[in-house]
Amino acid sequence: MTTKIDKINETNTNKKQGEVPMQRKRLFKSLAIVAAAGLAFAACGDDEKDSSDGGDGGGLSATLCDASKGPAEKTKVKLQLQWFTQAQFAGYYAAVDQGCYAEAGLDVEILQGAVEIVPQDVLASGGADFALSWVPKALASREAGANIVNIAQVFQRSGTLQVSFKDAGITSPADFAGKKVGSWGFGNEFEIFAALGAAGLDPAADVEIVGQNFDMSGLLAGDIDAAEAMIYNEYAQVLEAKNPDTGELYTADDLNVVSYEDEGVGMLQDAIWADGDRLANDADYKATAIAFVKASLKGWAFCRDNTVICRDIVVANGPTLGSGHQLWQMNEINGLIWPSADGIGHIDQAAWDRTVEIAGNTPNLDGATVLTAPVDADAFTNEIVDAALAELKAEGVDVVGSNWKRIEVTLTEGGV
Amino acid sequence: MKSRGREVVKRRSVRPFIFGVLALGLLLAVWESYRNWIGPWLGTERDVGKVLGFKLLPRANDLAMPSVFDMAREFGRPQVRGSSTNVFEAVAQATFNSLQLAIGALLIGTFVGVGAAILMSRFKVVQRGLMPYLVISQTIPLIALAPLTVTWGGQLSLFGFQWQKWTSALVLGAFLSFFPIAVGALRGFNSPPPAALELMDSYAASWWSTWRKLRLPAAIPYLTPAMRLAGSAAVFGVVVSEISVGLTDGVGYLILAYMQEGTSRPAKVFTAVAGTVVLGLAMAAVINAADRYFTRHRPPEEFA
Repeated sequence: MTTKIDKINETNTNKKQGEVPMQRKRLFKSLAIVAAAGLAFAACGDDEKDSSDGGDGGGLSATLCDASKGPAEKTKVKLQLQWFTQAQFAGYYAAVDQGCYAEAGLDVEILQGAVEIVPQDVLASGGADFALSWVPKALASREAGANIVNIAQVFQRSGTLQVSFKDAGITSPADFAGKKVGSWGFGNEFEIFAALGAAGLDPAADVEIVGQNFDMSGLLAGDIDAAEAMIYNEYAQVLEAKNPDTGELYTADDLNVVSYEDEGVGMLQDAIWADGDRLANDADYKATAIAFVKASLKGWAFCRDNTVICRDIVVANGPTLGSGHQLWQMNEINGLIWPSADGIGHIDQAAWDRTVEIAGNTPNLDGATVLTAPVDADAFTNEIVDAALAELKAEGVDVVGSNWKRIEVTLTEGGV
Repeated sequence: MKSRGREVVKRRSVRPFIFGVLALGLLLAVWESYRNWIGPWLGTERDVGKVLGFKLLPRANDLAMPSVFDMAREFGRPQVRGSSTNVFEAVAQATFNSLQLAIGALLIGTFVGVGAAILMSRFKVVQRGLMPYLVISQTIPLIALAPLTVTWGGQLSLFGFQWQKWTSALVLGAFLSFFPIAVGALRGFNSPPPAALELMDSYAASWWSTWRKLRLPAAIPYLTPAMRLAGSAAVFGVVVSEISVGLTDGVGYLILAYMQEGTSRPAKVFTAVAGTVVLGLAMAAVINAADRYFTRHRPPEEFA
């Protein structure tokens, strides 16, 4: 882990300011040894030159965090992700790499997710101090008795799409009528059903809901007319595949996209969840939570301004990742976060209420809803994130990102 | 006499290899001819393959059945752009990592299984009490157990040893592999004829020396098939738990990771699948070698 991060530091032209004193100290040490041994000064002079080159910082991007400012004694923190390393979690990896957590006095260990790992359950069982989860899934766990609290709504928008080929003529949920609509299930289907309901369609009679794998092969093979896709992942997979008719990659012009966020049925996705009991009873944990959220948001702010560098950080942490695909993902993840009108991480009451409303009142094909009981007011708090945002604003960090723009990403076959 | 014996051994070791290669070639040829000729012919000209409106025969396109040659080409491509590792090296490394875990799991499983069998053959009451639980233990689905071991293990800290994800894979592989060994070893330990046991009794041999000199050697032929079952169970346990708990070093994870590229590079995931096949074969080879070693003084079994 550390070696990979070190490698990134070498490849990035910008160096952490915190490294400079370290290197100088090392230099003094080597100077002393060399002088004592009475050896030639030539090698020493080379050393000096190298270190001053590294210390200049390159000036490619502003370094947001300064690890050397942090206390020597670090609080150990474990963060549980929802899936394997990918740009969806870039902000946290950047906060590690850029020393934001170290600056905040934290030693953060990032735990990758997997097929069977449920982050909010890991959090509730004490396996992690904080966990990422989509809001509806975490609320379902909360209803089942896990006392977990949303302390920062990092993704302000839903990234779920329904993607179809142009010739199917599907431009809004109303066009789903009579079509084969792909759904992942496992609790990822409720935006589809909410959109169908809003369009006045009966999911059981008016459309054919088709079980879909977490890929787009069903759409390409013609088994599915409109396939469920995350804007930062499966949508790009189509654009990385070759159209057998033309021999070229598919382009966005070949596709129609229905965005559930735009249709007004988006549900809140990646948020940072904390242990409710510890938050209420443990003042140290609460302080750690504020420091953790603050440093994480700094990481995300860094990724907003350094899309490519953040992609590199992510790819260095996951050896099997296609870097073209990850750049697309980083770019689109930024689009789900920025701009954040009330500041990144602040939980918007309207979006929260909409998520809870859909989770409670939209049945899927089996007639099940995500939630069966009303959600209590303690399920989220803006106290932590507002404290973090206040500190960030005082430091002059842009937490709104109103000037953010997507960068141009060209996808290649296979997203390699 | 001696030279003839060597010839027999030689023929025995070369022939299966040739047949194995032939069988693999046949399988690949069937795959290629289905996707290139049979599938399209059945689908487009006959519209066969649909029974009661359900499609039974697989589709013959690049997404569903990538060409064998594409799979072979995938091995040579870099794993990701700009990476110096190609897919072959990545799969080979991951397969080796998984093999180490699987062998470790098999060793633990053997140790626990033989231990349980000794207890059960020594004390009938243990056998009656323990056996039902052993049977029940194998009915618990692995995917239900895998996340639990991570949760439990995360809170364990034995003598400064921290539970890691590979520990979960190791434990689950051992959990699946100990059962056939326990059952096989128990049958083996109980297999000596009463006359032989009575002979040992007449020497006033202790239970332990009876076990060491009579029961254990008698159990070897029973242990060999048990080890084969246990070996594949260990591989299965390790690969499945790699996927479900997220162990990124192993070949199980590669299947998952490459599958995510299934839309645009459908042949890639088959390289990892080939890795698991090699993993299974390597495990079988290890067990065969162990078997040869332990039965080197025995006349060859007719049914082995």
